[in-house]
Amino acid sequence: MYIGCKVPYVVLALPSWLQQLKDDFTLNFIDDKRYMYLVKGLGATLEITFFAVLLGIALGVVAAIIRSSHDKTINDMRPGFGKVLLKVLNAIVKVYLTIIRGTPVVVQLMITYYIIFASSTNQIMIAVLAFGFNSGAYVAEIIRSGIMSIDNGQFEAGRSLGFNYVQTMTYIIIPQAFKNVLPALANEFIVLIKETSISGYVGIQDLTRGGDVIRSRTYSAFMPLLAVAAIYLLIVVFFSKLVSILERRLRNSER
Amino acid sequence: MSDNEVLISVKDLCKHYNMGAIKALDGITTDIKKGEVVVIIGPSGSGKSTFLRSLNLLERPTAGSITFEGVDITSPKTDINKLRMKMGMVFQHFNLFPHLSIIDNMTLAPVKLLKMSKEDARNKAQQLLDKVALGDRGNAFPSQLSGGQKQRIAIVRALCMSPDVLLFDEPTSALDPEMVGEVLDVMKDLANDGMTMVVVTHEMGFAREVGSRVIFMDEGRIIEEGTPDEIFTNPTNGRLKSFLAKVL
Ligand SMILES: Nc1ncnc2c1ncn2[C@@H]1O[C@H](COP(=O)(O)OP(=O)(O)O)[C@@H](O)[C@H]1O
Ligand SMILES: [Mg+2]
Repeated sequence: MYIGCKVPYVVLALPSWLQQLKDDFTLNFIDDKRYMYLVKGLGATLEITFFAVLLGIALGVVAAIIRSSHDKTINDMRPGFGKVLLKVLNAIVKVYLTIIRGTPVVVQLMITYYIIFASSTNQIMIAVLAFGFNSGAYVAEIIRSGIMSIDNGQFEAGRSLGFNYVQTMTYIIIPQAFKNVLPALANEFIVLIKETSISGYVGIQDLTRGGDVIRSRTYSAFMPLLAVAAIYLLIVVFFSKLVSILERRLRNSER
Repeated sequence: MSDNEVLISVKDLCKHYNMGAIKALDGITTDIKKGEVVVIIGPSGSGKSTFLRSLNLLERPTAGSITFEGVDITSPKTDINKLRMKMGMVFQHFNLFPHLSIIDNMTLAPVKLLKMSKEDARNKAQQLLDKVALGDRGNAFPSQLSGGQKQRIAIVRALCMSPDVLLFDEPTSALDPEMVGEVLDVMKDLANDGMTMVVVTHEMGFAREVGSRVIFMDEGRIIEEGTPDEIFTNPTNGRLKSFLAKVL
């Protein structure tokens, strides 16, 4: 026989295990357009993570500034309204940090969903708030350590030029602190992307829940769950790469 | 140059730590006049830095008063930030902002605080850079400069705010010996231009040559005060004599 006959033979008669995979794939992703569960789920996961990250940074920076301002200046402050305000704010932040870091995030999510926003139907917004507040507590401690690591001379140089406390923080201390803690922050966001996988607990159709829905329809766990894992992995690897590029750029700007 | 107008008036200034157990400043009284170059010398731990840093309230005195351009700066009602804009400070360790280019180091405060336009601030910064022979380094970052260059930048960064007085805390102590001269030369030029300066230093040559008045401090007090000639040529005080014997 000629070689020409062999080719269609190979294509048509796949080895049985490969044929099995192909059937599995078709069943889990193609039939009934089941891949849409993953697409839509990924959309929800990214949306929740993105806005939770923004909220987390905003909360974290504010909390970090309050904590480090308190620790750095409270002893030198003159008695008065400012001092009382700072003490109150610091106490609030401490309670916030203690609660968030002392309870599981899944419990926080359920409390946010079933108790605090029991009457709301905007699930994504609820998840953003829950994960954002959670992340904020960790970001706060990361940024605070960054602020504390900046040499006090930087602070004094800023003040001696006439910048007030907040301006010195904004223009001089925070940019440097942020740069120093970028790897730790990136890590926190990688953690957050993965943590949103518990969104299914409150009925949100995120990526993980999407895969699980497919599994429950097809009674086949292998394909959908591996697909879900692969997608998370891709996002995390991509994000890590992005951060290392950013880090290098920031470093170069000082050379 | 000096027209006898008092710029900073210090009265009975005290700074105590640990409920008075440590007296970093123990009753300092002196006037700093416009155009004067006041050089402060004294052994380590004698309170020189504490005194200098009290002048712009980086240290808050425990007692006494400081009047700057007629305003009591220790009063709670005073806007210290406004006053600090007119009091430049140069630190031992330069304290340039590492995340900003040289030109941005210099223009940040004028743009944000004096509301100067970016262009005006840049022009002014460039003129000052040219003056200290660093005209081509505006786009560099602090880590790319030598110690002497950093300190010259720190001086012109302070000058960008057009201050009425410059405070120096051991500006050459962190420098390699071969770079001390270039920084002192810049300070000398400033003095010749009539800038009011308060300088803590161990450079006795500078004190003698450029100082209009030398203050010798020990244990938080002013022990001797006078022209360089009075201090260096005919010292009478015992402690001053033994200090000079060690450093000269
Ligand atoms: N935060 C502080 N707590 C306690 N003592 C201090 C503090 N800061 C400075 N001192 C003391 O004040 C004295 C004067 O210090 P300083 O002004 O730095 O001296 P100098 O600059 O002349 O070397 C020293 O005895 C120093 O130990
Ligand atoms: Mg000192």
